[in-house]
Amino acid sequence: MSDAVKEPSMLLQKELIARNYDAITSARETGRKVSSTFVPGNLNELLLCFGIVNNLPEINAIQNGMRKLSGDYIMTAEKSGHSEDVCTYVKADIGMMGKGNIAPNGKPFPNPDVLLLSYTGCYTFMKWFELLREEYKCPTLMLHVPYEGDGQSTKNMRDYIVKQLKEVIIPGLEEVSGVKFDIDRLREALRNSARAEDDLVWVLEQGKRTPSPIDAYFGGVYYIGPIFTAFRGTTDAIDYYRTLRAEVQARADAGLGPLMPDGTTLSEQKYRLVVEGPPNWTHFREFWKMFSDEGAVVVASTYTKVGGMYDFGFRHDPDNPLESLADYCLGCYTNRNLPSRVEILTKYIEEYQADGLLTNSIKSCNSFSAGQLMMMREVEKRTGKPGAFIETDLVDPRYFSAANVKNRLESYFQMIEQKRRGGSRAA
Amino acid sequence: MQCFIGIDLGSTTTKAVVMDENLQVLGRGITNSRSNYDTAAKVSKQEAMIDTRLTLFRRALADVPGAAGHVDEILADLERNFRRIQFLEQLEDLEATAIGNIRGPRFEGREAAVREVLEETFRRLRDKSAALFAPGARRKSDFFRDLAGADFMQVGEAVSKAAGLPFDLILNLYDKSIIEVENRPPAGEMEAKFLRALESGTMEAGTIAAPVQAALAIPLEETYVVGTGYGRVRLPFPKEHIRSEILCHGLGAHMMYPGTRTVLDIGGQDTKGIQVDPAGIVENFQMNDRCAAGCGRYLGYIADEMNMGLHELGPLAMASTKQVRINSTCTVFAGAELRDRLALGEKREDILAGLHRAIILRAMSILSRAGGVKDQFTFTGGVAKNEAAVRELRKLIKENYGDVQINIDPDSIYTGALGGATFAARAVLN
Repeated sequence: MSDAVKEPSMLLQKELIARNYDAITSARETGRKVSSTFVPGNLNELLLCFGIVNNLPEINAIQNGMRKLSGDYIMTAEKSGHSEDVCTYVKADIGMMGKGNIAPNGKPFPNPDVLLLSYTGCYTFMKWFELLREEYKCPTLMLHVPYEGDGQSTKNMRDYIVKQLKEVIIPGLEEVSGVKFDIDRLREALRNSARAEDDLVWVLEQGKRTPSPIDAYFGGVYYIGPIFTAFRGTTDAIDYYRTLRAEVQARADAGLGPLMPDGTTLSEQKYRLVVEGPPNWTHFREFWKMFSDEGAVVVASTYTKVGGMYDFGFRHDPDNPLESLADYCLGCYTNRNLPSRVEILTKYIEEYQADGLLTNSIKSCNSFSAGQLMMMREVEKRTGKPGAFIETDLVDPRYFSAANVKNRLESYFQMIEQKRRGGSRAA
Repeated sequence: MQCFIGIDLGSTTTKAVVMDENLQVLGRGITNSRSNYDTAAKVSKQEAMIDTRLTLFRRALADVPGAAGHVDEILADLERNFRRIQFLEQLEDLEATAIGNIRGPRFEGREAAVREVLEETFRRLRDKSAALFAPGARRKSDFFRDLAGADFMQVGEAVSKAAGLPFDLILNLYDKSIIEVENRPPAGEMEAKFLRALESGTMEAGTIAAPVQAALAIPLEETYVVGTGYGRVRLPFPKEHIRSEILCHGLGAHMMYPGTRTVLDIGGQDTKGIQVDPAGIVENFQMNDRCAAGCGRYLGYIADEMNMGLHELGPLAMASTKQVRINSTCTVFAGAELRDRLALGEKREDILAGLHRAIILRAMSILSRAGGVKDQFTFTGGVAKNEAAVRELRKLIKENYGDVQINIDPDSIYTGALGGATFAARAVLN
């Protein structure tokens, strides 16, 4: 496949990611400490306060999926006893360790100094870090984020998280890093976060335009990159989102659609979709092309909310630093219950004037997939718009059947078309 | 006349339907997909056009007083003769191709002997062809590969033996040549073959020649072709001529039974549950994921494993007196589970009954994911021809959804192509 055409924001992001990998792999020389942590509910601003470098195993698995390495890693993990049904992010990570733990920059990852398990919604995260703890024998700091089972967070939940931050997480990070916690440093980082978040929300909301200047799923995974990972709270993230916003603004002004990897723009938009569920990474461009070839653009997605939901108003708040970290963790999409997810999806379909809901159900992710079919039925009922269901996987290439996915997608698009034309003229 | 054509390129067979401007089906054609969708599309279309001619003959003969009461007989006779002419032409092609393939070191010094064996074998096959197409003769299959292949094995072996040549040598030529011949759609004008069939027929040529010739003279215009099915992207059609098989099956089922609300299609490697609205528009669907467990192909493997014909599975399963529970509909594990049960002393018919139930249970799960079964329910696809599968389906539908009208058309294998032809007609007429 040819190299993708990249905009300045993408080049900037590429540089940020490369810089972070270099910081991680040179940590032993520079004396910096390294943490491993997850995307949903990550405490990046807090890590910044201690000068700890943030390594995210999920992002490594995605990188390895896109670079066609995950299949081999997964099989390595299976050989060591991990079953076929286990989350393939976990297996890609374990397999990578078995194959020398080499980072995308070609240098070996150092062992983490701390496992910061601030997990939200996904219980596999706990098991994953149990495996890593066994391997690395390093301290594990667990922040327990209560699940929003009743559809909202309570004061109790928030207090419980703040208490853990004060009593477990902050002292733990102080001990690992040898740096004293400075709340003003945290406030500064949170101020940076909020500025970047404003621009991110602006960008995501441009999906409401016709034609949409963004693709909120395939393009969206790039847009969320810096803010979901090691850059939230940095001025780099502010710069990135300012650049991205200018690009999207320029496309919107010109009436253009999102930029495709081949350098064209998808301006002829026949179908506007809301997508639920993570994308497939091993066939990312092929998967995207199945949409763009048919003129389908994703105007809103839930996957771009797994590392934080900002479009309903939440911002990191320098005036209430620990409380806003708690609210952030509680509000991540993965921590929302099924009725809340139905409400979010319904709202997206209506506000973004979508033709319907497409669910990409992930084979090896029970946490995301459980209940998706019921959710889809409910959203169909509430909006009167047709839904469709496809099945792929995160990073296991064996679970991606191009013909099957294409068949369902084309059927779905033609179904939308047919419904538009009405019964009498069903051609 | 205007012809609207739908072609359904399935993973196992390719089907075509020709429709007129009144949305009446004129002809249907089917062929094996032979991993060559281009040829399969051409052959199935040609077959549907042949069938269309037969329909036109039937219409023409309806007004002929002398033919009254004998139309079926006349048409059967005409078709048989036509098929034989076509078969002989393909046989001739196969012979020439096989002879052309006698080359290379393994034939060295034996070329003439091999050629003689081939010529003798084909001479005998030609002689046998009369019986193959005799009135009332039962053919196991209508595909050239099956017809020619079965006799070739038998005759070729005997002739080789008599000539003192290893049959392997001849068989190798056959294997190589049949693929080439199969991938060449029968040549020549269909009309000319019908005329020859008319001449060689036993029927009263005087009475029917004029109407048949008049029907043959009607030009058949390929007004609009729509392709669907697994191999649809291989069709040399512009994009707007290609429709999803899910939409085609939904519309096809609606055309067969306008009261249809739920469709189950079990094809070679897909099982689809589809909900349609009163106009035949798809409202919802679910299908199997990348794994083709429990689809038609699974039955194919089982048939191979049991050394039986695909069409013999259903009848044997019907003879079951006890149901063996089969857990896996996985095609890969099917052989192992089968041998496992046989080793435990279970009877073949009981195991087969269990296998059929397992397939239908999987289909029921897809149906429930697609929103359940509503009245009327139409079952389509190759597996709808299997009586044991149908029996289990009826039972499970009744248990789970109560009294629902279940439609199974004898031509249900053409549902996708029928939907395609309807789309073709609507594209032009609307």
